Amino acid sequence: MRIFKQVTQFDFLGKRRGAWMLSAVLLVASIGSLGVRGLNFGIDFTGGTLVELEYLQSADPVVIRSTLKEAGIDDAIVQYFGTSRDILVRLPVSADKAASEQSSDVVSALRIAVGETLTEGAQGGLQQCTATGGGVRDCQIQMRRVEFVGPQVGGELTEKGGLAMLYALIGILIYVAFRFEWRFAVGAVIALVHDVLITLGIFSVLAIEFSLPVLAAVLAVIGYSLNDTIVVFDRIRDNFRKMRKGSVLEIMNRSVNETLPRTVLTSVTTLLVVLTLLLAGGEIIKGFAIALLIGVLIGTYSSIFVASPAVLVLGISREDMLPVAKEGAEAEGDPAP
Amino acid sequence: MRNHTPWWKWLIIAVVIVPGAFYALPNIFGDDPGIQLRGARGGSLGAEQFQEVQAVLDEVGLAYDSVSLDDSGIRIRFGTTDAQLQARDMLEARLPTGYTIALTLLPAAPQWLSNAGALPMYLGLDLRGGVHFLLEVDMATAQRRAEDRYVADLRSTLREAKIRYRGIARDGAGGIKITLRSADTAEEALKTIRKELPGLVVNAEGTGSDEDLSAKLAETEIDQLFKFALEQNVTALRNRVDELGVAEPVVQRQGDRRIVVQLPGVQDTARAKRILGRTATLEMMMVDEEHSLEAALGGKVPPGSKIYRFRDDRPILLEKRVIYSGENIVDAAASIDTQSGGPIVSITLDAIGARINQKVTGKNIGKRMAVLYIENRSTIRTDADGLPMKDDQGRVMRTQQRIEEVITAPVIRDQLGKRFQIEGLDSVDEARDLALMLRAGSLAAPVEIIEERTVGPSLGQANIDQGFRSVMVGFILVLIFMMIYYRVFGVFANVALALNLVLIVAVLSMLQATLTLPGVAGIVLTVGMAVDANVLIFERIREEIQNGSTPQASIHTGYQRALSTIVDANITTLIAAIVLFNFGTGPIKGFAVTLSIGIITSMFTAIVVTRALVNYLYGGKRVKSLAI
Repeated sequence: MRIFKQVTQFDFLGKRRGAWMLSAVLLVASIGSLGVRGLNFGIDFTGGTLVELEYLQSADPVVIRSTLKEAGIDDAIVQYFGTSRDILVRLPVSADKAASEQSSDVVSALRIAVGETLTEGAQGGLQQCTATGGGVRDCQIQMRRVEFVGPQVGGELTEKGGLAMLYALIGILIYVAFRFEWRFAVGAVIALVHDVLITLGIFSVLAIEFSLPVLAAVLAVIGYSLNDTIVVFDRIRDNFRKMRKGSVLEIMNRSVNETLPRTVLTSVTTLLVVLTLLLAGGEIIKGFAIALLIGVLIGTYSSIFVASPAVLVLGISREDMLPVAKEGAEAEGDPAP
Repeated sequence: MRNHTPWWKWLIIAVVIVPGAFYALPNIFGDDPGIQLRGARGGSLGAEQFQEVQAVLDEVGLAYDSVSLDDSGIRIRFGTTDAQLQARDMLEARLPTGYTIALTLLPAAPQWLSNAGALPMYLGLDLRGGVHFLLEVDMATAQRRAEDRYVADLRSTLREAKIRYRGIARDGAGGIKITLRSADTAEEALKTIRKELPGLVVNAEGTGSDEDLSAKLAETEIDQLFKFALEQNVTALRNRVDELGVAEPVVQRQGDRRIVVQLPGVQDTARAKRILGRTATLEMMMVDEEHSLEAALGGKVPPGSKIYRFRDDRPILLEKRVIYSGENIVDAAASIDTQSGGPIVSITLDAIGARINQKVTGKNIGKRMAVLYIENRSTIRTDADGLPMKDDQGRVMRTQQRIEEVITAPVIRDQLGKRFQIEGLDSVDEARDLALMLRAGSLAAPVEIIEERTVGPSLGQANIDQGFRSVMVGFILVLIFMMIYYRVFGVFANVALALNLVLIVAVLSMLQATLTLPGVAGIVLTVGMAVDANVLIFERIREEIQNGSTPQASIHTGYQRALSTIVDANITTLIAAIVLFNFGTGPIKGFAVTLSIGIITSMFTAIVVTRALVNYLYGGKRVKSLAI
């Protein structure tokens, strides 16, 4: 089976202006949204407390909020998480008490409201909802997850996350410049910055929570998009050495077209699993999967319409890519020019 | 001969796959309910204890699958959870003290596998349930305490050297100010201090007065101090965690002022938090009965005494001199007093404490001795908006709060010795926590929980199920797709993909790296990306065929040409993964680890293994066309 019967002849690079218009619009919108609305940072970055609870029956956030208020917890945000039995409670960093104790207060206040207390057996033993019995599985409320991040950790993460992105880009710039040529390195990095900004922009516009796994996904997108770009570059280098006729534009166009089946195919297989993650991976992994989904789509687009045109515009010429004498061994099998 | 796989390549494949399958094997067996016994307070268990445990088990006639002894303690395996719970209660009731008993899950893989070092993957807390704490050691307090000690040392050093001083105190800015009686002794004082207290840097210059000297802790001394505080806290926390009765706890330093504590399987974190963060200790003092409490309350506090309060706020006048403190306590146990029915803590003192106790109580029969409970709490200072305030170095500022409460102040009826009891506690829980804290030792500096991640057992299981399902579904989708698209070559790629999964699991098991939920996502992503190498190769082969090459030549050139592309593409992804790893806090690190392993194993399976398969089927014969 084949997507394309033979090598396609699309004029990708000739249409670069149209693609760039699209990219420019997306970039402006992304940067604008990032500047105005910013990212909806999760507690990993802002600090705060998050408690996920599972009720035996469906629960009402309004009731829960008032229960918490009665217990002296005023600034809780209560919402559903997935189903109507799953409740997510968020709290900002507390002003007056040890922040790490907030989560326990929330859980115990809600337990008391349904007439349960969590009692603990001897040392690390089984826990019961009531003193008389009933294992933890029979509780009205199950604590599913607690996350507390102190303010000192959150700030560090934002900084470290930004630095990680920067280091990844620099590392890639150096490697590509070393393996190819500086124009390719710059082209690759332009494409990556393009991908990251638009992915972040979409997160900002849709106000999807930006958490630590999402950051990991964005960094994985850098790796993925680069993978795509490098494959195209590799073919361009190959073709510069092999094809003696044809303008730079023609050679590059041909290279993009030759690698097109592979670009599409790998995107398809990756999207298959990313969609699986999105649909079957559960709530926690959702943000991660969304970031990957956006990133893979944008990354595929950018490796075709952004990276190679950027190299073209930077003024690459055939001479730049001819093998230097010492690289002769590596170019073995290619008809020598 | 074209497209022939030399014997040594087959050997390499075998050398990778056979151990790979072996190390991946333990993962298919699942877990058994079990109990882990360890020596309390870091003690080890030997053959003697092993027999003791076995005797208890046999005596009560409980059905268990096996008992084994290794470096980490004694493990008992059960067929059912009920048997496990019953046995736990029995062991707790019948074994002497000196054991920590914890429920756990033990890998169900056969013994010969674990004997050979093949263990199942180590699941992170987000998959098995449990709590992860990140604690920060309050080094400012550690430093202040050290300065306080030095103030005392300076006093005695100068006194011994017969140098008279007017005052020695901390100046509040990280230094100590020494005011001498006369400027003439400054030279001598400098010399003495430098000789006797090399941990201090003293100066006579820049103090504004000839009588004044300034001292501060030397850099090396501060480093030493921080290192010590961290180590001491790790030890104390480890003892406390042991007391909690958790199987496979982790207490580890992270960086130069943080400690990670992981407690698998713990569901109620309130108690764990209470016990980890607390810096409670006891001090014994005599009640000042010579002076009137009323006068003291009126403002005439006699020197050497101080007003303290009971928990119900009643005042009491105590002599400031501490008779002995929590440091002299070697054991403490909570129980219920058979006569009064109230909670008590029975305390055992060390030799020094016992001697002092004997002397003091013997001399003071009929007088009252008070038990003072001391706890340091530090809270973050916040501004009007509730945001944490930071100092000029960007560190979060804290307020220290010292809680001092008199628990009880009974009349001494008899001479006390090595053992005695404390009454007057509010609840059994409190007695238990206090006993634990006294047993486990105090922290060298206060710690604060700055991060907590708890995953309940139901969510942990759900995460495993969902993770497993998404790996399987994604995997099968890709298999089907590849088979339709590349036919026979697709099957080869699928074999490589399956092997790749086995190898990832094997490497994770071998390294005992922690598998987290993002790690599972990394595996899923690797499944999607691993076929990329094969797609590259197969597309190249198709191109060659289209260009009119023979099948054999197409295979040869296809693999050869695609190689450098694959390496370039994978190395750049690896760069991103390595950056991720170094950036790594928990969840991200897990993702980076599986992604990196997946990249490396997929290069092997996609290039070497598929080539061997292709060669096996097509190599060295006349082939008209390829099923690609």
